[in-house]
Amino acid sequence: MFITFEYFEGMTMFQQIHTSLIAWRKVFFVGLFTVGMSLGLTAYANQQAPDAFMQQLSNELLEVVRKDPAVKAGDLQKLANLVDTRVLPNVNFQRMTASAVGPAWRQASPEQQKRLQEEFKMLLIRSYAGALSQAKDSYTIVVKGFKGSAEDNEVVVRSEIRGGNEPIPLDYRLEKSTDAPGGWKIYNFNVLGVWLVDNYRTQFSQEINAKGVDGLIATLSERNKANNRK
Amino acid sequence: MQRLSTCLRLLFATVLLTLVGCASTSGGNPLDPFEATNRKIDAFNDSVDQAVLRPVAKSYKDYTPDLLQTTVKNFFGNLRDMWSVVNNGLQLKPKETVETGMRVVVNSIIGLYGLLDVGTPMGLQRHTADFGQTLGYWGMPSGPYVVLPLLGPSTVRDTAALVVDQRGDPWAQINPVASRNEGIALRLVDKRAQFLGMDDRLNEVALDKYSFVRDAYLQKRRAEVRRGPPSDADELEEKNNDLEPKSLSNDQ
Repeated sequence: MFITFEYFEGMTMFQQIHTSLIAWRKVFFVGLFTVGMSLGLTAYANQQAPDAFMQQLSNELLEVVRKDPAVKAGDLQKLANLVDTRVLPNVNFQRMTASAVGPAWRQASPEQQKRLQEEFKMLLIRSYAGALSQAKDSYTIVVKGFKGSAEDNEVVVRSEIRGGNEPIPLDYRLEKSTDAPGGWKIYNFNVLGVWLVDNYRTQFSQEINAKGVDGLIATLSERNKANNRK
Repeated sequence: MQRLSTCLRLLFATVLLTLVGCASTSGGNPLDPFEATNRKIDAFNDSVDQAVLRPVAKSYKDYTPDLLQTTVKNFFGNLRDMWSVVNNGLQLKPKETVETGMRVVVNSIIGLYGLLDVGTPMGLQRHTADFGQTLGYWGMPSGPYVVLPLLGPSTVRDTAALVVDQRGDPWAQINPVASRNEGIALRLVDKRAQFLGMDDRLNEVALDKYSFVRDAYLQKRRAEVRRGPPSDADELEEKNNDLEPKSLSNDQ
């Protein structure tokens, strides 16, 4: 036992408190060590705080982009690769697509849903490539905190791109997820106050109303092909 | 003051009427009752842009020295910051007011009338604010979306606020008029040059550019009007717009 109370006899109150604190500190450190070990063993597979998770992910991605001029120059193949390996494991892309497509998603067949996700992903990678080509080396991402508590299943993480002359707000909606590397998955994000998924809702519903789900898939795929030819 | 409040009341009434009027029409965005007209003006703006503004901005970017471009950008940015300070103040935002204010002081004095941006490296960031935003902050609704000839996306409220923004623009007080206009033209070209590249991208990622820009503009303005984007007040509303994820994943 770390705490032995017999030392307390004959001590002043402060000495007692001091000894007790030292004892507790030992308990604390041993506990921390054990927890740390087990965390280390299970590597990533644990629940991080959402803001810490986003800070880590942002830093990692910025680092990769900084070190790879091809990605920064807008090499779509490389960027797609980066998105697949580093970004998508942390994104609930099905939910993003479903939410952008709206009510029609429920009527879509699994095959259609798969196609929609693929084409939407390509379209987004395109816009990411554009954003990255405008990014400066001086940019850093500062996570400002999150709304909700770590026990919530869904939270909003707020961050800012700094390094330009005006901070650029960048926010994420995260959901708790057991199969994500950091314990959270992104399902919507916001640049300069514009939620991406929300902005695509009108785009998609206009197309669906005019030509149906297959029409939307065709339009998206044509657009992606045209974009790749450029 | 009397006249102003009458004006505001009239404006509110118009906004309300148009909102009610279009609530029954289906399909379109309720905030865009003038969509047909807006689309025409948007097309007109696009053709003017393609014919004049874009080529001029492109040559400006390609053929003038980078140093000159940065200086022009800094100079007009600093003038704009002055008006932002006033509006941040009107919105009772101490941090934004002080930070942007310090920026103006430092850039105007050490930065030689704003030609150099010494504020940014010092960590003094710009917090842009205009009068439309101030009106929104104090509760005035944006009203319908309008596309202004040559000026682009706006709302009824923001258009009305332009008159005041004009008063608060130091450059607009410059005499003689000829130099003033030259400066305004240069500022426009500089602004346009900053968006080169972004316009191509818009055509790539939007299925319908008009509605994409409209929705993004309205979302962005709403966020700017709130204290820090995105606001806590709007959180609930956005939640409700979202489809329930549970039922969606069960479909799979």
